[in-house]
Amino acid sequence: MQTLELARVLDGSFAALSVLAGLGVIVARQMRGTLYLFIAHALMLSASATVLAVSLHSAHLVWVALITLVTKVVAVPMVLVWATGAKVYGRREVEHVLSIPLSLLIAAGLAFVAWSVSQPLVQAIFAQPFAAINVPAGLIAIFFGAFTVAVRREGVAQLMGLLIMESGAFFASIAIVHDLTIIAEIAAAVDVPIAALVIGLLIRSIGSVTGNTRVGQMVRLRERR
Amino acid sequence: MEQVLRFEGECVSVFVAHIVANLLQVGFLLVFAPLVSGVLARIEEMLQGKHGPSIFQTYRDIVKLFNKEELVSEDASWVFRFAPFIQFVMPIFVVSLVPALTAYPLFFAFMGDMVAAGFFLALGGFFVALAAMDTGNVYGPVGASRTRMVGFLAEPVFIMVFFSVSYIANSTIPYAVNAAFSASWVTAFQPAHLLVLIAFFMLILAETDRIPVDSSSGKVEIAMIGHSKNLEYSGPGAALMKWGGSMKLMLLSIIFLNVLLSPWGLATSMAWGDVFFAMPRVLLKIMLFLLVLASVEMSLAKLRLFRISEFLATAFVICLFAMSIRLVGLV
Repeated sequence: MQTLELARVLDGSFAALSVLAGLGVIVARQMRGTLYLFIAHALMLSASATVLAVSLHSAHLVWVALITLVTKVVAVPMVLVWATGAKVYGRREVEHVLSIPLSLLIAAGLAFVAWSVSQPLVQAIFAQPFAAINVPAGLIAIFFGAFTVAVRREGVAQLMGLLIMESGAFFASIAIVHDLTIIAEIAAAVDVPIAALVIGLLIRSIGSVTGNTRVGQMVRLRERR
Repeated sequence: MEQVLRFEGECVSVFVAHIVANLLQVGFLLVFAPLVSGVLARIEEMLQGKHGPSIFQTYRDIVKLFNKEELVSEDASWVFRFAPFIQFVMPIFVVSLVPALTAYPLFFAFMGDMVAAGFFLALGGFFVALAAMDTGNVYGPVGASRTRMVGFLAEPVFIMVFFSVSYIANSTIPYAVNAAFSASWVTAFQPAHLLVLIAFFMLILAETDRIPVDSSSGKVEIAMIGHSKNLEYSGPGAALMKWGGSMKLMLLSIIFLNVLLSPWGLATSMAWGDVFFAMPRVLLKIMLFLLVLASVEMSLAKLRLFRISEFLATAFVICLFAMSIRLVGLV
């Protein structure tokens, strides 16, 4: 009983840190910082999966933890830096649509909304010991990711928002279903680097044509000559 | 009758031992605070690839300043002369209330809680800010108003940290908080505790004029926040300000490490050997903390003045999350 309680507390701490990393992605002004925060978010997902694997004696979750570590912590950042070009990550003082204190307040409100929305689901699956932690944390990450896409003008930051949303969905799902076949996990995990590659190349292309990657400011269509 | 007398005698000896241990805590802070500042400065210089000053440089500076003549502006009032003493004395008051060397409560332990500790430190800051405006120096009022701005933004975070801590530990007495956090692994690793630690660490950076809020080694007056307040001081006044500043840094480190993080290294028995050997253990903890502090400082850039609100707003939201996690009874 004490072990399960400790596992819940550890999982809660990893979930809290993942929420902080998501918050950081919303407010970070440096592109490299955004990338590091995404890596931190993925690391917390991997750590949470490890805690769940040990606590629930689930071999599938060990695979989830390993696959997350390899794809999101190592492969995706490498692919992103290669595809978009290292120059983009040197950018600092990237502007926001809203001011940062206002974004923070809205993010706090979104976290509360996500927690409220997740409660009926958590109560429906009360038999899962970690659902009360992972489902709200995952939903918060999804909301934070969507908010990042909405308030950031920079293409790379928007991509991070999308990836955070995907990680959030994973964060919630590992607490609900922990017997997913490895094939499905590998398929889901491989999707992410490919998506990162495609969007990264698109951002690179936009950058080479228009001279910058602030996709939020591009409102008119223009033919490519 | 003999038993009652023996019991009374034991009570008196415990009472005296607690007062002596309290004084030992004050001595510990007074003696080692300049060393802590010196080590931090040296680590930072080394991380920048420089040799850096000796770790005993702060002691030398203090001794040198005490031997110098003090010059005070003709326009200065009593506030200017009084402020260094307040800056120097307040950390001494606060260290009597917190577990600096012993895990068990000492004589002054229940005379003030964490809110009182915050009040004492804020009082020191208030007088120093007043003194900076007192002489008519150009940079003093600029530094004072900037410090008040940072203080004004840090205040809600401080209050939220106190609320979160009292909510998690069911007490605001530092010794009780320390005991509550170290009761078991489950309480030590709870997410609300972790978030409060992060928020308090950010507060330490803001309150002790460290990067990203202020540059402690910066020499450009126009960019200064904390240091421009001390520019007008000379001689013993400057020495007290420097010593007080070092004590504040060491005190906040002690509160972070011993009250909020882990009481490891503190004396658990009343044996004098145990209490004395707590000193190197606590110093070791502080040195490890300084390594972390210096690494964080070196990996961040100084924020522009109006970006400081963003940094402290983040700390506030982190506290808000900590409170919410406890309120909804998640973990």
